[in-house]
Amino acid sequence: MPALPALAVCVQSADFDVAELQRQLLAGAAQEGAVASFTGYVRGAGAAGAIHSMELEHYPGMTERSIRDILEQAARRWPLLAASVVHRVGRLAAGDQIVWVGVASAHREAAFSACEFIMDYLKHEAPFWKKEEGPQGARWVEAYCGDRERAARWDVDAEGIT
Amino acid sequence: MLKVLFFARVREELGCAGLDLAWGENVASLDALQAQLCRDGGRRWQHVLAQPNMIRAVNQVVASGNATLSDGDEVAFFPPVTGG
Repeated sequence: MPALPALAVCVQSADFDVAELQRQLLAGAAQEGAVASFTGYVRGAGAAGAIHSMELEHYPGMTERSIRDILEQAARRWPLLAASVVHRVGRLAAGDQIVWVGVASAHREAAFSACEFIMDYLKHEAPFWKKEEGPQGARWVEAYCGDRERAARWDVDAEGIT
Repeated sequence: MLKVLFFARVREELGCAGLDLAWGENVASLDALQAQLCRDGGRRWQHVLAQPNMIRAVNQVVASGNATLSDGDEVAFFPPVTGG
């Protein structure tokens, strides 16, 4: 039996250091050959114009649980050594880091694919909500149907594999 | 007792982050609970909870369609998610 991959989820208001997160990821994966990671930032413009800040709300408990479920799904689909997600909540300014996904695997294909899968599912399933604030006032971000389609195409891929 | 939570736009429009409700036959399913909340809350609650894209979760798992509720369950109502 191969060792189970090290999975970690952290929801926090504090900023994070990508280099430190990658070191922690590798500490949980002794024989890594590849790491793929994704960092998301607060955009300076949204559908309604300029944004200077945003408030990120979440559902404590369900958030961590749903991200862990996504990591476990990824670990069943690809041979992962470690996978981590850090997601910030609370008040963020334009240009701030919001989310980091890191995946370690023996080969790049699994690392790239799993990283993208985790991010697509996180955007579609994890209970976070963004409220953007700009010169026009504050508005809740609407769900983007392209995110649902991106998540759904992994189901098609899964059918193709079996 | 049922713990009922509301998030994001739903929380704001209701002016309510959550409430506790005594468990009983009148709230023994998600649809029954929603009907009870609308009876208690009046027109504003009927309007907000009737939004077609509303997501409902039971014990932190999204429910597709109606679901049976038991004493002690945690139920949440929220709009489509926009994280990442």
